[in-house]
Amino acid sequence: MARALRLLSRTVVRLRPLPVQGPTRGFSASVQEPFHVCVVGSGPAGFYTADRMLKGHEGAQVDIIDRLPTPFGLVRSGVAPDHPETKIVVNQFSRVAANGRCSFFGNVTLGRDVSLSELRETYHAVVLAYGAESDRSLGIPGEDLKGIHSAREFVWWYNGHPDMCDLSPDLKNTQSAVVLGQGNVALDVARILLRCKTELATTDIADYALDALCGSTIRKVYLVGRRGPVQAACTAKELREILGLKNVRVCIKEADLATSPADEEEMRSSRIQRRVYELLSKAASAHRDNSCNDQKELHFVFFRRPTRFTPSENGSTVGAVELEKTALKVDEVTRKQVAVGTGEFEDLKCGLVLKSIGYKSLPVQGLPFDKIRGVVPNLRGRVMSSESETATVETGLYVVGWLKRGPTGIVATNLHCAEETVASILEDDRKGVLRAPSDSKKHGRTGLVEILEQKNVHFVPFSGWEKIDSKEKMAGQLRNKPREKITTWDGLQKAANE
Amino acid sequence: MFSRISQLGARLLREAKAETRAGNLLSSRGSLYQGHVSQHLTPVVTPTVQSSRNVLFSTATSGDKDESSQEKEKISVTFVNKDGSEKTISVPIGMSMLEAAHENDIELEGACEGSLACSTCHVIVMDVNDYNKLEDPTDEENDMLDLAFGLTETSRLGCQVIAKPELDGMRLALPAATRNFAVDGYVPKPH
Ligand SMILES: Cc1cc2nc3c(=O)[nH]c(=O)nc-3n(C[C@H](O)[C@H](O)[C@H](O)COP(=O)(O)OP(=O)(O)OC[C@H]3O[C@@H](n4cnc5c(N)ncnc54)[C@H](O)[C@@H]3O)c2cc1C
Ligand SMILES: NC(=O)c1ccc[n+]([C@@H]2O[C@H](COP(=O)([O-])OP(=O)(O)OC[C@H]3O[C@@H](n4cnc5c(N)ncnc54)[C@H](OP(=O)(O)O)[C@@H]3O)[C@@H](O)[C@H]2O)c1
Ligand code: FES
Repeated sequence: MARALRLLSRTVVRLRPLPVQGPTRGFSASVQEPFHVCVVGSGPAGFYTADRMLKGHEGAQVDIIDRLPTPFGLVRSGVAPDHPETKIVVNQFSRVAANGRCSFFGNVTLGRDVSLSELRETYHAVVLAYGAESDRSLGIPGEDLKGIHSAREFVWWYNGHPDMCDLSPDLKNTQSAVVLGQGNVALDVARILLRCKTELATTDIADYALDALCGSTIRKVYLVGRRGPVQAACTAKELREILGLKNVRVCIKEADLATSPADEEEMRSSRIQRRVYELLSKAASAHRDNSCNDQKELHFVFFRRPTRFTPSENGSTVGAVELEKTALKVDEVTRKQVAVGTGEFEDLKCGLVLKSIGYKSLPVQGLPFDKIRGVVPNLRGRVMSSESETATVETGLYVVGWLKRGPTGIVATNLHCAEETVASILEDDRKGVLRAPSDSKKHGRTGLVEILEQKNVHFVPFSGWEKIDSKEKMAGQLRNKPREKITTWDGLQKAANE
Repeated sequence: MFSRISQLGARLLREAKAETRAGNLLSSRGSLYQGHVSQHLTPVVTPTVQSSRNVLFSTATSGDKDESSQEKEKISVTFVNKDGSEKTISVPIGMSMLEAAHENDIELEGACEGSLACSTCHVIVMDVNDYNKLEDPTDEENDMLDLAFGLTETSRLGCQVIAKPELDGMRLALPAATRNFAVDGYVPKPH
């Protein structure tokens, strides 16, 4: 009952649209030339940027391009299928796309279909919001054995991203999976492996992934962190959820919970670390009912860093991860506690490894890029020519979201990030930096359409996505799912053109 | 009509919250967590919702007399915008600050539309006395507050603060009014 009521109140809130400006809140500047802005990437960073641009500048015409036929970035392909309330934000993004001064160009890849220099010649401002579509690597022996995937690949697979629909991870040859890392993504993938499949069946998980998970033999999942429970990178919300999974026994070694003065200090200055630690300690001491024998197990393994992967008997599939015990030491420079090896090793047997140690952005041609940090050097969103002190501003080029800050933060973080970048754009425009009177070559949308036509690129407009959307929702209805995702490039393009 | 429905919705929300909290105290972790889990899994519109809504409509329209008395049951709330400008609005008892803000074109975000999954509706209660009049945040609200931008001692989520008579005259600040990372160089942690 409580749940139904909560939903009711939620429905009521939804009845009232947010005050997003539609085409009605005037384009009064009829004398003014439009301010052509291109946003590359339609995730939260891209959409929040478009929203703030449209609100902040009456003359702004904003085009959002994305390499996929579908918008919303990681809200569609990252956020877990059992988190539908996190995806509600797409309502707001769809209202932005419906603004008469905003257009969506799906199926257009920066660096392949259109180059950065072409975009800069066509638009007064180009804002890069294309996220982080690669992985940090561990750089240890055996990383290319079968059965080892990055969490990004696994997440894309279960969320039906068309680049990963053929991953088919083997969930049937083993009882144990190791997840390396203890951030929220690690908790997401562990939860999907452990969650009862009837609960997953009513989410928007890809159908092939649901089938594979239903046949999974995995009963134990190890979440391995190189530091301690005080430094676990996850947040309380996700932790609370995984600790409460049905039929899952949580195992945490009491000894790992001992804290040092440095740990206490960290907790005093971070509410989030304190609350995560409290949840872990409570879970460690909780008496679990062991009577149910089809219970699965979730093991939190602290103070261990992976040093190599060893093959199983067949030689090509992973059979174990070698872990080195660590201790924490305060780094002289950063003053943070870091993990250092103790020279003590142990093997953890497993047949599936998901590396969840962070995402990484990719550069495109002609873009300054900090290869070490995997971000674009910038000053409040203005792209700089390099990371050095003497770097100059790349006029008209901006960055936002994970590509700007690195691969951390929740959806909302990108809102503040976008506000900062848009403030820089508006300031530059006021100073007259972006629209020189002589500059008549920047045609914005018509220029982009011309380029795409010349190259024979068939873009998917927002109405094409709406066709995909309604087809998916209809297919979902038949199976009591919010949607049944279309997971192949062909299928998506076909649905968009129907 | 809208505000009538929302009032009911919000009142019921409070009751639902009270229920959760009672569950919190009485039962073991297990059941609380399960409640949390099943909430995640519920499709956004279920038959249960439809039917309970119908029931509510019919009770709401019966008895015209409480319409007028409800009309009067409003409190005044002042929002302090990011730029320091203020707007005072009147909010019906039982309505959440998120809904009230949206009805009055106040730019309070609400990415998850009140389902405790985003923290974008973060508001700062400017008077600690008003803050103390609010029920304590639930664990779930605290989990989201952990991630709120520019968290303060008197921060709450706007979708969880429900108008009640004692709160008349309350002042709420939108976070960037006090802390803006673009202005004073404050760089928020990712969470
Ligand atoms: C697995 C996972 C789960 C998460 N769950 C949550 C959650 O539950 N709650 C929460 O608040 N946050 C969650 N997050 C964090 C949140 O998703 C991110 O903060 C946010 O998506 C980052 O936004 P972005 O716009 O920078 O990048 P993205 O969302 O990645 O968007 C980038 C977009 O750019 C497009 N693109 C990439 N390359 C190109 C190119 N060359 N040309 C054109 N387009 C391109 C992509 O297709 C994509 O649409 C999660 C993150 C991950 C990885
Ligand atoms: N529901 C949600 O709100 C939600 C869900 C998913 C993701 N997200 C957000 O998305 C962002 C990305 O999440 P994420 O989990 O990918 O990143 P993350 O939070 O940065 O976690 C990365 C993890 O990998 C570990 N790690 C990094 N390098 C390592 C190495 N070389 N060897 C061993 N371990 C290593 C880190 O440990 P150290 O701490 O020791 O470096 C940490 O435990 C986060 O901000 C997250 O909050 C949010
Ligand atoms: S609107 Fe999302 S938490 Fe309040």
